Amino acid sequence: MAHEHDVIVVGAGGSGLTSALYAANQGVNVAVVSKLYPTRSHTGAAQGGIGAALGNVEEDHWEWHMFDTIKGGDYLTDQDAAELFCKEVIDAVIELEHMGLPFDRLPSGKIAQRRFGGHTKEFGKAAVHRAAHAADRTGHMILQTLYQQCVKEGITFYNEYHVTDLILEGGVAQGLVAYELASGELHTFKAKAIVVASGGYGRAWKTTSNAYTLTGDMQAILYRKGIPLEDMEFYQFHPTGLFPLGILLTEGARGEGGILRNGSGERFMERYAPTIKDLAPRDMVARAMYMEVREGKGVGPRKDYVLLDLTHLPPETIHNKLPDIAEFAQIYLGVDPTKQPVPVMPTAHYAMGGIPTTVNGEVVTDGNNTVVKGLYAAGEVACVSLHGANRLGTNSLGDLVVFGRRAGVAAAKFAKDAEFYDFTSEVLGPSRERIEKILNAQGGPSVADMRAELQQTMQDRASVFRVESLLQEQTEVLKELFDKYEKVVVQDRGTKYNTELVEAIELGYLLEVSEATVHSCLNRRESRGAHAREDYPERNDKEWLKHTLVYKCPNRAVKFAYKEVVLGKFEPKARTY
Amino acid sequence: MQVTLKVMRHDPAKNAKPGWQTYSVEAEPMDRVLDLLHKVKWYQDSSLAFRRSCGHGICGSDAMVINGVNQLACKALVKNLGMLIQVEPLHGLPVEKDLIVNMEGFFAAYRSVKPYLINEEQPPERERLQSPEDRAVFDTSTKCILCAACTTSCPVFWVNGSYIGPAAIVQAHRFIFDSRDKGLRERMQALNASTGLWRCRTAYNCTEACPRGIPVTKAIEEVKRAMIYDRF
Repeated sequence: MAHEHDVIVVGAGGSGLTSALYAANQGVNVAVVSKLYPTRSHTGAAQGGIGAALGNVEEDHWEWHMFDTIKGGDYLTDQDAAELFCKEVIDAVIELEHMGLPFDRLPSGKIAQRRFGGHTKEFGKAAVHRAAHAADRTGHMILQTLYQQCVKEGITFYNEYHVTDLILEGGVAQGLVAYELASGELHTFKAKAIVVASGGYGRAWKTTSNAYTLTGDMQAILYRKGIPLEDMEFYQFHPTGLFPLGILLTEGARGEGGILRNGSGERFMERYAPTIKDLAPRDMVARAMYMEVREGKGVGPRKDYVLLDLTHLPPETIHNKLPDIAEFAQIYLGVDPTKQPVPVMPTAHYAMGGIPTTVNGEVVTDGNNTVVKGLYAAGEVACVSLHGANRLGTNSLGDLVVFGRRAGVAAAKFAKDAEFYDFTSEVLGPSRERIEKILNAQGGPSVADMRAELQQTMQDRASVFRVESLLQEQTEVLKELFDKYEKVVVQDRGTKYNTELVEAIELGYLLEVSEATVHSCLNRRESRGAHAREDYPERNDKEWLKHTLVYKCPNRAVKFAYKEVVLGKFEPKARTY
Repeated sequence: MQVTLKVMRHDPAKNAKPGWQTYSVEAEPMDRVLDLLHKVKWYQDSSLAFRRSCGHGICGSDAMVINGVNQLACKALVKNLGMLIQVEPLHGLPVEKDLIVNMEGFFAAYRSVKPYLINEEQPPERERLQSPEDRAVFDTSTKCILCAACTTSCPVFWVNGSYIGPAAIVQAHRFIFDSRDKGLRERMQALNASTGLWRCRTAYNCTEACPRGIPVTKAIEEVKRAMIYDRF
């Protein structure tokens, strides 16, 4: 079937729904295409809060938030993006409240705020209460509230449609191809403007906080089309993944007073970040945890994890402010966090890198910010770059609403002056060929075996610490996996709800984003933020204070270009906490 | 250990009737039922169809009937279920394939109660104020993940699929008891209709089924009272 909408948003998480709402407010016809049902998107798993300098609990200023964001990003953050973000996120939080979001409240009736990693007052002096929250289900409440507004506005949804292709001709985005899970049918979507808001790719690793569905689909589709991916070497591992499953336990647990302890019960973060200790940024805490385990100071029979200790907190704090994570520990480990410390280790969590965009969400293709007409991106899939080399906790939820809004408004304005392009169902060809090739393959490897190999090897060679020899090996592993993928087989050859076929297609996307990630890791010969190279342990501003752009080339090669970091108020300095 | 996983399979395009299929799966006591379904799908029979996304009980994709009880497959652990585990699709919604049911009617009922804040007054420049006590009144209702476990456990819904069901009423509760909302009368039309909340027979199945611990029946009763007292 063929469909036509002025603006089409890909993805129904926080940034997608925000984009859709703001585009619709501009008076254009909007539709959301998502591979999931509404409210299933992974924004709903975000827990701790959305950081904004409301100053409800104590004095706070957007400049302080801006400094924290840039320092947290190890000075790779574009400072123009950080400045407008830290100003606009204040209004965005107020607007979410006006939409009905049930934030927790202070006795004064104002929105409550808690401490969070890397958020400080007076440019690093002490932790500050900045994260507005709704218990430990802030992301759930944002997703629900935004979807409620979409229901109110009557926005069109195409649920369980997997985008398989972007129609891109002469530097202009014209439409999409999508596979309908219920019928197995391919659909064409004409659009004057497209907003890509499809989330991250944590499923490239074995241990991740991400949903099974976070497989880098749109990053990969654009990368295959010759659009570069920016800063893919910067991938965040969240310190407190429930061990060994990797399920997220919010940093808000430490914001409420939780402490990380090693095998001898020591509060080891005091050694790594004497000022803000357990509330240091995630990259530093994740590395510290690995260091403790490496030095034999871990916990458990294999000394391979550390503990998140909440036992000194009043049980009411845990029950009222952290009920979901308490339940996760209880269900999945049988641990009652009011009585026992919880086993944790870092878990693959968030891509700082992604599709390069301007501050208005326009997708760009080079270091000169050459724009792809009609194509926008926002949220985790995009790289503005607000988060630089390491995202601060809570800034992902802020990113969704601030840059989702900007992308939605810009896309609608563009669509008003644009025409639909004419294309026929011929554009379905490449998607159909790809699907039929998988459905007709015989005797090759299974999706599950290949995916397990990818995830294990990425975990072993491209996670918290990186080194040239292992990254080099991983590029070879990826080449072999690409070869094998040519012959990947599925048993289910049906048309209706063929979720095996979908997993096979998603595996192809995971290979692409893994390739971009590993090559970018190998290329950057310094350590900055979440990218820790053991063979280049220092930050090197002289050579590497720049964004990476990685392009896909024929024969499984890549090439690199660079984009200047937008500097400004805050000069790069040594990063201590 | 080996557990026996019996799954109710049905592909309406191929067979008129559903049927049980039995798998033997290697499992650990702490495995989730979702892990077992994945083991079957990835290593035994990849045609098995089910929905899942987050894998830890927050997205609402994988509600199904497990050993006769509505649960999320990602929150139901083998150690609590024994060596024989039976899995069926949610009851009362049309089966599309295996454990996948058609959710359109469920979401239509959700939309019918106007599940969004209704307040036409110009909001203040900053946030609307709300006391922690006022915020606490509707706290549990905000936990709903729209998984449909409650609605599809309701005997009234089983015999009359046009009943809006507990999930939609919980959503109405979430707004009616929010001190910022002014939409009770607008929601009454759907709630008071013959398909609305007076169909509830207080069976408490919904409360037992809710994977988020929402006291669903209590919420329904509170909405009923709000509607009665609003008349006087």
